[in-house]
Parts: sequence; structure tokens; C-alpha cells
Amino acid sequence: MTVETAAGATPPDPELVQLLTPEGQRVPHERYDALIADITDDDVRALYRDLVLGRRVDGEAVALQRQGELGLWASLLGQEAAQVGSARALRDQDHVFPTYREHAVALCRGVDPVKLLALFRGVDQGSWDSVETRFHLYTIVIGAQTLHATGYAMGIQRDGAIGTGDPDRDAAVIAYFGDGATSQGDVNEAFIWASVVNAPVVFFCQNNQWAISEPLERQTRVPLYRRAAGFGFPGVRVDGNDVLACLAVTREALQRARDGEGPTLVEAFTYRMGAHTTTDDPTRYRLNAELEHWKLKDPIERVKAYMVRGDIADQAFFDSVEQEAEELAVHLRAACRALPDPTPASIFDHVYVEPTPDLVAQREAMSAYLDSFAEEVAR
Amino acid sequence: MTSLNIVKAINAGLRRSMENDAKVLVMGEDVGKLGGVFRVTDGLQKDFGEDRVIDTPLAESGIIGTAVGLALRGYRPVCEIQFDGFVFPGYDQIVNQVAKMHYRSGGRLRLPIVIRIPFGGSIGAVEHHSESPEAYFAHTPGLKVVTCSNPLDAYWMIQQAIELDDPVVFFEPKGRYYTKGEVDLDGAADLPLESARVAVPGTDATVVAYGPMVKTCLDAAAAAADDGRSLEVIDLRTLAPLDLRAVYDSVRRTGRLVVVHEAQRTLGIGAEVAARVTEECFYSLEAPVQRVTGYDTPYPPARVEEEYLPGLDRVLDAVDRTFAY
Ligand SMILES: Cc1ncc(C[n+]2csc(CCOP(=O)(O)OP(=O)(O)O)c2C)c(N)n1
Ligand SMILES: [Mg+2]
Repeated sequence: MTVETAAGATPPDPELVQLLTPEGQRVPHERYDALIADITDDDVRALYRDLVLGRRVDGEAVALQRQGELGLWASLLGQEAAQVGSARALRDQDHVFPTYREHAVALCRGVDPVKLLALFRGVDQGSWDSVETRFHLYTIVIGAQTLHATGYAMGIQRDGAIGTGDPDRDAAVIAYFGDGATSQGDVNEAFIWASVVNAPVVFFCQNNQWAISEPLERQTRVPLYRRAAGFGFPGVRVDGNDVLACLAVTREALQRARDGEGPTLVEAFTYRMGAHTTTDDPTRYRLNAELEHWKLKDPIERVKAYMVRGDIADQAFFDSVEQEAEELAVHLRAACRALPDPTPASIFDHVYVEPTPDLVAQREAMSAYLDSFAEEVAR
Repeated sequence: MTSLNIVKAINAGLRRSMENDAKVLVMGEDVGKLGGVFRVTDGLQKDFGEDRVIDTPLAESGIIGTAVGLALRGYRPVCEIQFDGFVFPGYDQIVNQVAKMHYRSGGRLRLPIVIRIPFGGSIGAVEHHSESPEAYFAHTPGLKVVTCSNPLDAYWMIQQAIELDDPVVFFEPKGRYYTKGEVDLDGAADLPLESARVAVPGTDATVVAYGPMVKTCLDAAAAAADDGRSLEVIDLRTLAPLDLRAVYDSVRRTGRLVVVHEAQRTLGIGAEVAARVTEECFYSLEAPVQRVTGYDTPYPPARVEEEYLPGLDRVLDAVDRTFAY
């Protein structure tokens, strides 16, 4: 007997918020136009720059991994618009809880990309200042950060930093996670928690269609954004390759949160154009035709087309962004190679606020042991 | 004889179990079409179908919890946890449900579940991909915990684990996955699952290890032999229950014992081995039992993992210490 599975049972595309077509045509939207009415040509150029720099950092990291400079890299290729659009919807005081793939969000929050490289090089486990950047450390255990985000949002609630109407005070939290993550208990608990306490948190799901080798239908039979209804808060599906739509939808969700109206689930419908990570081989489980199809919806190309079409930027601008990306790449390559390895004794640092006697003894034993080799060499 | 690495040996063992018993299922993240991130289940879905090789939703508690239900219904699920650090979302199901079902049902309910976990470091990975959580499970009554160190054991032990009516946590030394060895696919296992094995005989000191550290200790024994010192290396293979008969026998001859594991030192398997050997072989011991282990820190960043992990030199240094008494 064959058990019926959900394979092939993906429902037809539901309504998708889109403001820019893949061809770069600006399409009106009754609800969301107002949310980006203030966006100037300068702002569009800035978004374009974010997208290009995000992609460049990513591409450089993949290359560095291939050259043996990084242990691993999780590429964001194809997800630039979802990340930049949502990140640029944030206010300074908002707080971000990322997965391991939010490199373009990190850039927008002012995290030094060399610090992202350091993590994947195996030099440390996250060295950026998450308090100063309001960009929390990467979380690799799938889904765990959605609860952290919810708890942080509960703190904001208790601090009275929502619903005051002061745009510099009211704050929200955004939790990033993937389509696969929606199966985790933690994510579902976060939904419940946020709903029950009406927490100022935005659940931003980048549905890139794949969880390593497992397609979306292994995780769900309904479009993910619709799950929110069952938990009791709004859900919206946005074209994740449309930076303007992602900006608009996330702005609305964040403002709802800051106003004290509770959580929103945003499903950014996008595509993982690269491998899951540098160790993955997607040819084993997906067809190239799918990738080719999504290439036509490239998040950067459509903004560029829009800008050219509307005379928002000229070739000199595009060249200057390219030039800046190139300079960043050169810097990253050199800075990555120059990252010092941690010292052996440093593994004992920060296990606790104060080192315990046991750990001090272990560190001393290790040092004495390593010194014995140095002495041997000296002899 | 066929030359196989550990990945291929476990794959062959799974295949044989599935052929022999239609109730055996394989389930986990990416185990189907991809064949697992390490390819341990490569080709099984193609040959046994999607009902028996299940690409599960991304949820470890779900993987273990549904395996409990399947086992209650008469199936024999083999669950794959993708990496050691990701077993913890399923830990509650393992410790509270899997481990206790037989006991609290007065023996009426059996859960023949195997939970495969690639464990250990030295692969240059990011966080949560290099851990050695075996003691958490060995500490839990009701679970059997085993680990293989070579392709031959891998091939037989996975089959024996699947045949067992108790739940088994099966640790696979991912850092040694590509170590090759000769396997007679059609023969019979030469050892029961719950037994240790003398990996190399020796006379001067006893070195006990399991999983990825067995190779390290065999290398240490070879290096020691060059210096005229004979080490007996014992591969524990089973951590719960522990089988220390060969260890006691060895220590009674050598008087010196070094226990080696990647996992943190405190309350690790080494502590239990040391305690039992002290109880059983007190008058034979010429020196305190030495432990060579990971340090009591979280698994460190990859660029410094070599200093964290026990290596050949640290093993030999510990052997030297047993001679210094
Ligand atoms: C708890 C847990 N289980 C398994 C893994 C291994 N793993 C890493 S990424 C991944 C797939 C994640 O898919 P998704 O949530 O869609 O995010 P994406 O990688 O596509 O961005 C898996 C299974 C993990 N990191 N954490
Ligand atoms: Mg995904």
C-alpha cells in the first residue's frame, strides 16, 4: 500500500503582494502603495546599493570558502530583496533575531561583514555587538531564535516601549526563519506565545522553497502565511524578490507591533538560488529548470530595470555601485585572510562570568602541556 | 570481502535490515531523495520507497515522537538526527518517552527504535555540528548507547541495533566516516552488540576509547611501539550498558589505564570507567586512572578544535603519566 503524501499537493499561488514585477514595472497596490509613498529616488538607489553589496559579500564569501579560507558559508543568493526590504523597514531601536543566512540584514544593521566571515571561518561564534547593532547573534539550531525574539518583545512591552506614539521610542522585534523552520515546535510555540501576550514581534519567514533537500510540501499543505490565522494574528504573503513590496509589508507589520497591536507573520516568497550551504549539492534533488525559472525573477535585476525605466539612475550610478562592491570585495578578501586564529587557551574564556577553579586548572594544564612542546623545540 | 568506508558500511547494514524485515523504516531530515547530508541513507528511498524511507518535516521532537507511535504499531523505525547538536529538540521525547515506555508499561510495551546520531568533531564545522553528547544518553536508564569505530563494526552493529527490542542510540563517528576497511557482507557478526573489543593487544598499559578516538589511540599505540612500549587498546563499542570485562582483564595485566574521549571530561564516560576500574582492579593499579578528553567548555570554534580534541600526543602524555607513579 502506498500512503498518500502531500507531494504535489501544493495549493495554487494565493494572493501575493507585489509592487514591482519581475520586468521592473511598478504596479499599483491599494493597500501597500501608501506604505512606500515617502520613498524617493535616492531611497531606491540606496536599496539597490544594499542589494548589490549584499550579493557581493555573499559571492565573495562563497569564493573564500572554495579557496579554503572559510569552513562553510550559507549563501543568501536570491534572497537579497527579502532581506534588504525587511531590514530597511526597521527603525534604529528595533531588534533583529536572525538565522544563519541573514547576511544582507546584517549589513543593513551596520554589522561588519568581516565578522560574518570570522564566524564561518571558525575563528569565533559571533563577535559583533548585538546590543549596539540590535542584530542578535546568528542562530543555527532551527527555530530557536523565534522564541528569543518573542521574549525580547515581551521585555519591550514591559518597558512600555510600544504604543506611546513616539517614533523614536516605540520598538518592535523581527524574527527571521525559513520555511523548514515552521515545522519546529519552537516556532509554533513562539506563534502561540506572541499571540497570547500580543507581543510586538514580526515573524519574517523567508520561504525559499527548500529546507536543504526537502521541498516546501514536506513541511506544509497550506501556504505558510495562512498558518497565522489559526494562531490568531494576521499573515501576509509578499513577493520576496520584490524589495519595495518587502519594505512595504514589513513596515506595516513592524508599525502594528510598535503600536501595540501584536504580531504578524510575513511570508516572503522567494527562492534559494544557490546550494543550501557550500557543502550541499542541489543537483541531487532539484531540477535546473526550477532555478532557471527563478532567475527570471531576480531581485536585483528587477530593481535595476525599474530604475532604468524610470530614469532613476544612470550608468554612472550603476558603475559607482559596482566599483564600491569591488572595493568591498578586495577588502573582505584581505581582511578574512588576516583574521588571527584564536589561541588555544582562549577556549576557556567566557564559559562562565567568572572562571571556575576547575576551568582555571584545566587551562593551566593545557598551557603547561603546550609549553612542553615549545621547550622541546627550543632544546 | 568488500572494501567500504563507514558511511557505506552503515548504508549496507541498513539495506540488509530493510530487506530482512519489512517493518524497518528509515526516517529523518533529508534522508530520502538526498540520501542524508552524509549520504548514509543513499539510494534507500529509491529502492524501498517513500513509505519506508521518509523525508520528515524539520522537527526532531516530531521525528522521535512519531517513531514512538510507529514502534507501538509494530514498526522498527531508524531515526536519523542530522547532527549531534540537533538531537536536543528531540531530547524530551527520547528521555521521557522512548527510554521509559518499557518500564512504565510493566514490560508490555517495547520500543525497538534506533536513533542514529553522527557525533564528534574535527570536521571544521560551525557550532552544534561537532558535539559528543553520548553521556547524556548513557546516563538515562532504558536507553542502550553504542558507537562504532570502523566499517566492519558499523555494518554489523547497525543491524544488531535494529534487531534489538530496546531503544538504541547509535553514535556514528562522523570524523571517521570515510575510514575504509574490509567487510564480509555475507558473513555473520563475530561479536554481540553489547560487547567491547580488544582493538590491539598490548602488555604495558591499557588505553580505552570508543568511536572516533579509537583510531587516535591505535595511532598512539603504534607510536608507543616505536618507543618500545606496548599499549593495549580497547574499543568499548557499547556505552550503555558498559562492557568492561576486557578492560578489567587488561588492567589486571598492565596496571595502567588511560581513558580517552572527545566529550567533556566532567561526568563523562571516562569518569564511569575510572570509577568501576578502581572498584574492580584497585590492587592491580600502579597509577591513578588517567583521562584524556575534551575540556569542560562548549565545543570551541573550528580553528582551535585541534587543541580541544585529544590527539595522539595527549594520549601518549597520559600514558607517560601512568608510568611516572
Ligand atoms: C534543530 C535543527 N535541526 C536540523 C538542523 C540542520 N539544518 C540546518 S539548515 C536546515 C534546513 C533549514 O531550512 P529552512 O528553515 O527552510 O531555512 P533555509 O536553510 O532554507 O534558509 C537543516 C535541516 C539544524 N540546524 N537545526
Ligand atoms: Mg528554506
